[in-house]
Amino acid sequence: MALLSRRTDLPFERDDSSRYLPWLTAFMVFLASLALAGVFALSDLASTWDKGLSETLTVQLPAGEDERTDERRAAAAIKILEATEGVEEVTLLPPRQVRELLKPWLGAAADASQLPLPQIIDVEIDREDIPALATLTERLRRAVPGAAVDDHGVWMSGFLRALRSTEAVAVLIFLLVGAATVGTIVFTTRAGLGVHREVIEVMHLVGAHNRYIAAQFAVRSMVLGLRGAAIGIFSAALVLIALGVLAEFLGFGVLPGVDLSLGAWIAVVLLLPATGLLAWLTARITVLRSLARMV
Amino acid sequence: MDEIVRFQTVGLRYGMGPEVLQDLSFTLTPGSFHFLTGESGAGKSSLMRLMYLAKKPTRGSVSLFGRDIASLRPDDYPALRRRIGVVFQEFRLLPHQTAFDNVALPLRVSGMKEKEIKKHVEELLTWVGLEEDMAAWPETLSGGQQQRVAIARAVIAQPKLLLADEPTGNVDDRIAARLLHLFEELNRLGTTVVIATHNKSLISSSLHPIMHLEDGRLSIEDRESEPAATVEALPRSRRL
Repeated sequence: MALLSRRTDLPFERDDSSRYLPWLTAFMVFLASLALAGVFALSDLASTWDKGLSETLTVQLPAGEDERTDERRAAAAIKILEATEGVEEVTLLPPRQVRELLKPWLGAAADASQLPLPQIIDVEIDREDIPALATLTERLRRAVPGAAVDDHGVWMSGFLRALRSTEAVAVLIFLLVGAATVGTIVFTTRAGLGVHREVIEVMHLVGAHNRYIAAQFAVRSMVLGLRGAAIGIFSAALVLIALGVLAEFLGFGVLPGVDLSLGAWIAVVLLLPATGLLAWLTARITVLRSLARMV
Repeated sequence: MDEIVRFQTVGLRYGMGPEVLQDLSFTLTPGSFHFLTGESGAGKSSLMRLMYLAKKPTRGSVSLFGRDIASLRPDDYPALRRRIGVVFQEFRLLPHQTAFDNVALPLRVSGMKEKEIKKHVEELLTWVGLEEDMAAWPETLSGGQQQRVAIARAVIAQPKLLLADEPTGNVDDRIAARLLHLFEELNRLGTTVVIATHNKSLISSSLHPIMHLEDGRLSIEDRESEPAATVEALPRSRRL
């Protein structure tokens, strides 16, 4: 705190050029916080889906003429799957669950008991020892004609590509907001150098190093940056919490809500010291480069 | 070091204008005391600016404390400037700082501890008769008081070279004589002093040599000067 309250030789309190810096910083940090939270949420989502679905296979058996045929086919398929190296767990979904899965497409017709339904077998596999898909499919088709194996690869790769692209856009927004913050601080610092030119000349003439003058601008900029960042992060936290509550309330179906991981919250909070450091460093470099041109 | 200031065929012009200083060559030795005279526009302030490192010559060479300023790196300036005290004609006090803080500035920029600064500044402000005005803002002080603050700021770091531009311009003859006495005291302590002034009574009240500028050219009039006194401590009871 001593650093924040220490006296300065420059009359910053009379400097209008930096009056709006905390609010501009607050807005930038607010946007950066949302972008960063988005990056983490999308990254977590991609990892979850990637990990979850790459460890499963779905085997679909066509409906038979009667219940006994279905049972025989399911038993044959399960026997083959359980004997396959790399398969960890095999679960035949009960007809009721299959009907639930088909409801979004078939509506009430899915409940009709006379409707022939395919049998679905959920297979968990060992990621380190993934079974050869083509061989497995061939063996299943020999035992159960028309059996199909889906490793979710086709639609998952497209979905993950879209997710990663969105994540990249969020990172880009985060970097652009950072660059805009640096630009704002550079502009404000240069304006401050103009406002305080006469005082700086006197300080130079009594033997002040550029580093001494730059340190005063840097501390001032850091204090204003921290103030703005605190406001921005607090506002963003409120918005993120509200979005989480709203998502839960609305129930976003298959998509997860915007509940952020602890890592994401830590990253957002770390924007506070990061902004302070950025403001300190930007002001310091700006002042040193500008003063180097003075005698 | 046997030279504080050395000018060799120095010329100075501003932008594309005419030379305001032409072929200046002189040397100031340690402990010397000079008046700098000349009409307004003769180049006195320009010459002072060259000596306090606010300008570089457009030709010729300027050496301060044995160092050619053309060879100085930016990082060398602060150390040299700390050896030079300057009293500006318009004082150039920082309006947002008290008399105490204005005088403390040269010590703060040199990194001295606040406890030491307090001791030195209070002692000096008392010595120049401003012990009651340490917390005063410059705008609340009279011209003479502001001048004494400016002088205190110039001498607080015990400079080897003291440059004063019209230091008696805002005070009556009685205060002017006291200021001259102060500069002579500092000179006796070994500080090289140059005072730019129009004040004829101030000049005639002593026998220090005169550097006279006319149309940018310099002549030096040596008068019968008393020898430099031996170094003695500044008396704390002395008042301006």
